[in-house]
Amino acid sequence: MEQGLLKVEDLNIEFHDHEVPERVVNHLTMELRQGEILGIVGESGSGKSMTAMAIAGLLRRHDMKMEGKILFEGKELLHSDRSALRQIQGNQIGIVFQEPMTSLNPVKRIGWQVEESLRIHRQEMPKEERYQRVIKALEDVELEHPKRIYKKYPHELSGGMRQRVMIASAMICEPKLLIADEPTTALDVTIQLQIVKLLQRLNQEKKMAVLFISHDLSLVKRLCSRVIVMHNGDMVESGLTEDIFYNPKEEYTKKLISAIPKLEKLV
Amino acid sequence: MKRKKTYSPNVIIGFVITGAMLLLILIGFIHTPYDITKMDSSAKLAAPSLRHLMGCDNFGRDIFSRVLKGMGNTFVIASATVAIGTFCGVIVGAFTGYFGGLLDEVLMRVNDVVFAFPSILLALVFVSIFGTGKYNVIGALGIAFIPSFARIVRGEFIKYRDMDYVKSARLAGVGPLRMIFVHILPNTMPVLMSSVMIGFNNAVLAEAGMSYLGIGVQPPSASLGSMLSESQTYLFSAPWYALFPGLMIILMVLGLSLLADRGEKYIRK
Repeated sequence: MEQGLLKVEDLNIEFHDHEVPERVVNHLTMELRQGEILGIVGESGSGKSMTAMAIAGLLRRHDMKMEGKILFEGKELLHSDRSALRQIQGNQIGIVFQEPMTSLNPVKRIGWQVEESLRIHRQEMPKEERYQRVIKALEDVELEHPKRIYKKYPHELSGGMRQRVMIASAMICEPKLLIADEPTTALDVTIQLQIVKLLQRLNQEKKMAVLFISHDLSLVKRLCSRVIVMHNGDMVESGLTEDIFYNPKEEYTKKLISAIPKLEKLV
Repeated sequence: MKRKKTYSPNVIIGFVITGAMLLLILIGFIHTPYDITKMDSSAKLAAPSLRHLMGCDNFGRDIFSRVLKGMGNTFVIASATVAIGTFCGVIVGAFTGYFGGLLDEVLMRVNDVVFAFPSILLALVFVSIFGTGKYNVIGALGIAFIPSFARIVRGEFIKYRDMDYVKSARLAGVGPLRMIFVHILPNTMPVLMSSVMIGFNNAVLAEAGMSYLGIGVQPPSASLGSMLSESQTYLFSAPWYALFPGLMIILMVLGLSLLADRGEKYIRK
């Protein structure tokens, strides 16, 4: 359990599309252990999504400067070439985005999309087995009638169902790390809780580490064992969830926690 | 999720006209009432009658037969032109739009040059180098049609390349070729299909224009454009000679325009 899965060392991300370079992530260092759920919280624009994108290898723009190291099981991701990255993407790292409405291709069937990672990373797997895996994955994310959903198009599903489909397709290759970039923000509160519980269950069953990025502190508190607080690209504070929530050291963290709606305490 | 579709009158008219045109073209391929090169000196510039539905031209050739063949020629040339334009345009547009950067800059500037060049002039150059004839017309027009398709497809790809589902497919390890042709291209279909229809219309007009100028399909082969130019001399003595080829050009273009106008919305559903 204590073995490091993901290490981020001194990560800097700068945009160069304006005259003055804009730094969105500033000397970030963090570590994610195998099978752990780590939360990153912060307001909009604090660089938390940027960090996730960098880890996922999605930041590949010529007007951007990235420094530092991202080590996934000892392999450097930040400066490795695309084909090497593609071996890891989908296979060992899965990602779920914020907006379930746009994260599925509108002209392809659900099953086809969930299966895509398998087609790429498990080419030797027979067709029938791939189909079974997809059905199993749809069952795992607690979708009813997986065989019917397999044949549906995204516009026929609700937001919560789509987010489940996204989780299923991110997990189809049984990755070691799931990055959830604000997976609950676009959903209503009851569905949010279901998704969080689902992530929790999958984490325990599959021993899959989760990097949970959110601005919703109450969900983070419920789900994560450790938390990183970010503000303006800087890491403000990090530590065990209880320490952060009940014994915050930094002024910004205190303010953030006091901003949680009070009703939450009744739950 | 079945809903009853209601078609607007425009679409119905478009369907009817296009259907009738396709039927005539098909008939022309299989059978024409008269041989299109057979001259009948007793029927020079004959008025429309039951024997000659659209009358006869100055050599006594049956205009109806020549119109059928001419439409067939126009159809083949326009289809081939659009096929070349779409195929090359999709490839150029997809790669430039998806990758951006230097490739985009270079190819798009080349595109602009071709685009800025008047297509008739380009066709003239092409034909004066390679000679006249059906295949050279197709080649000349095909090249002239690439830029507009490339631009449309490029715009669509720029729109889609940063969508979340493209990102998540990239994260699933999808390579660039598969991403372009399997994941993104189907999304561009609605826009692509209606621009294919509009492109087809432009190709019909361009072909007629080239034949009118005498650099398209060569006599004795029939072409709507060359018939128009030959009939000019007889505009007052035999108005039907000019009327019917012109009418057919208008109908071919009108039918597809009406469909293209609405087509996009129906494909989206």
